[in-house]
Amino acid sequence: MKYFLLLVVSLVSHAVWAGATPPAPDTIAERVKPCLACHSPGGRVGKDAYYPRLSGKPQGYLYNQLLNFKQARRHSRPMNLLVENLSDEYLAEIAAYFAAQPPRYVAPRDGAGVKPGATPPPLLTQGDPARKIPACIACHGKTLTGVVPHIPGLLGLPADYISAQFGAWKTGTRRASEPDCMGGIARQLDTTEVGAIAAWLAAQPLSSDAHAADALPEELPLRCGSVTATVKVTGKAAGKIMPKARP
Amino acid sequence: MKRALIVFALMVALLLAALLALALRGNAEQAVPPSTLNAQNLPEKQLRGAYLARAGNCLGCHSTQGGRAYAGGRELPTPFGTFITPNITPDRDTGIGDWSADDFWRAMHEGKGREGRLLYPAFPYTEYTKVTRADADAIYAYLQTLPPAKNAVAANRLDFPYNMRSLLYIWRGLYFKPGVYEPAESESAEWNRGAYLVQGLGHCNACHVTRNALGAAGGAALGGGQVAGRSWYAPALNSRSEAGSGALSVDEIARLLSTSLYNQGAAAGPMAEVIAQSLQHLTPEDLRSMALYLKSLPEYGASGAPPLSKEARLRIDKGGKIYEQHCKDCHGEQGQGAPGAYPPLADNRSVRLASPLNAIRSVLDGGFAPSTVNNPRPYGMPPFAHTLNNEEVAQVVSYIRNAWGNHASVVTAVQVDKSGSD
Repeated sequence: MKYFLLLVVSLVSHAVWAGATPPAPDTIAERVKPCLACHSPGGRVGKDAYYPRLSGKPQGYLYNQLLNFKQARRHSRPMNLLVENLSDEYLAEIAAYFAAQPPRYVAPRDGAGVKPGATPPPLLTQGDPARKIPACIACHGKTLTGVVPHIPGLLGLPADYISAQFGAWKTGTRRASEPDCMGGIARQLDTTEVGAIAAWLAAQPLSSDAHAADALPEELPLRCGSVTATVKVTGKAAGKIMPKARP
Repeated sequence: MKRALIVFALMVALLLAALLALALRGNAEQAVPPSTLNAQNLPEKQLRGAYLARAGNCLGCHSTQGGRAYAGGRELPTPFGTFITPNITPDRDTGIGDWSADDFWRAMHEGKGREGRLLYPAFPYTEYTKVTRADADAIYAYLQTLPPAKNAVAANRLDFPYNMRSLLYIWRGLYFKPGVYEPAESESAEWNRGAYLVQGLGHCNACHVTRNALGAAGGAALGGGQVAGRSWYAPALNSRSEAGSGALSVDEIARLLSTSLYNQGAAAGPMAEVIAQSLQHLTPEDLRSMALYLKSLPEYGASGAPPLSKEARLRIDKGGKIYEQHCKDCHGEQGQGAPGAYPPLADNRSVRLASPLNAIRSVLDGGFAPSTVNNPRPYGMPPFAHTLNNEEVAQVVSYIRNAWGNHASVVTAVQVDKSGSD
């Protein structure tokens, strides 16, 4: 009898305990919580690296980066490990979530003495036709705030982070789907040019309503794998960037 | 002095003779059963082979992240050096386009490449030898349908003396016995199917075993061991205190195999990869068979954890504060977790494993459960390698290993530091 009572008590308490275990919310916001441990809405400097903001970045750009991490074209140990077992469809959903979040722009950090209104380096506005380098604005938009759905904005990032990305393109630890046009451009620039671009970009303020442009006025000057490797879905899920079916 | 030399020479000669005799055992010419492929059954075999290649997780080793499927080139770090996996697409120059079904059978069954070249057991032929000729033929037929990828992989980078391939004669003599799986008559067809998959194609024992100094399975089959070249411990599948499944229902084991989740925890690290790439694609029937077999493995009990010192208690208490701050939101006040999303830490055997390696790695790397058919949008955990230092990781792991009725050894910062980076 004693044991029976014990059993009843333990079963009941187990049921209460089990009942008290609330399930996690079945939402995408709950699912991306691990990302927020590093990626805050405004981006932040961590112990080992700068964690850029994800909020409000173009969906196709975010999706491409997730794929690049998954397929080891882009190297960041934590990112490579986190996404390695996730399906392309799920990564597209995660990208769409962050693209829809309102960004928070932080005030420009010290751009190595560059004033916000300073004349931009010529590469930014004119490129270098002799080396077949297009102007930054030709792809990243006149206001350098990016173009939906694939091209990221360049403002609101620290100079160190921008320089580090150029370094990564040069050493092959940041790649995109072929043709990797940005990698090709980065390999042609020397450190002085990169430094000048990064410092100027980092010094520019962003208005709180800045957002990626809907389209470029002219055709892209280069054919980029990051633009052609995904497809824009038409019909029901119009506008959603989805993975291209793989063979 | 002279006498000692003679004795020594005699001993060496004797040893060599013994090794030769042994080597003959693992290297004897095997009769090759006839191919089961013909023009009529080829399409059906190819389809079957695609499924079986999944079950054997050939892709797991024979491709790189983001590389062409089956084109090889993946680096497998081991205590003996780094192996580079070969290209098994049907490219004639760099793959296996020139191989016959018999060649493929000899590789799978006898561990021999073309022209009888001995293969290193990093290719798990010690397990694949159990695969039937019909199944090996199907996999061969499937691989031959792949688009040929021209990819000449680099040579293995092995240390001396392991780079001397001929030494494999001795290794095979000691540790390799070719032979197709023989069904146990006393068991059901379903059980035998499970045993065939677990012991053969699934090559579970490639990770879930302790390896000796020569890289051979040293301990009991499926008895658990450190994964070669990885900082993860593959728990014993025959131990109540590790990952033995005697107390789980067959359905629960099957769910674990196909999603990585079960009521008392979640599989992570290399096992999550295996589930993502291989196990989730198996039919419910095959998963059930494997579960049935795993459940039937004889189970051994636990050896108790040592009593906790005062210093250990202190460490655990500090860990409790870190838990409050970083872990409680998801894993709960009582370590109860959230069903299907965040694994419970209370009453979770993987937390209490004698080796704290997996718990440490989970805290350092975080991770998502794999996207699978049954769990396409998994929940995840952030990495803490950048947030917590080694001492703090040691404290919080010590805490979860000793909270809510858990009891296991405490962890030191040195152990966290040594847990490696893979």
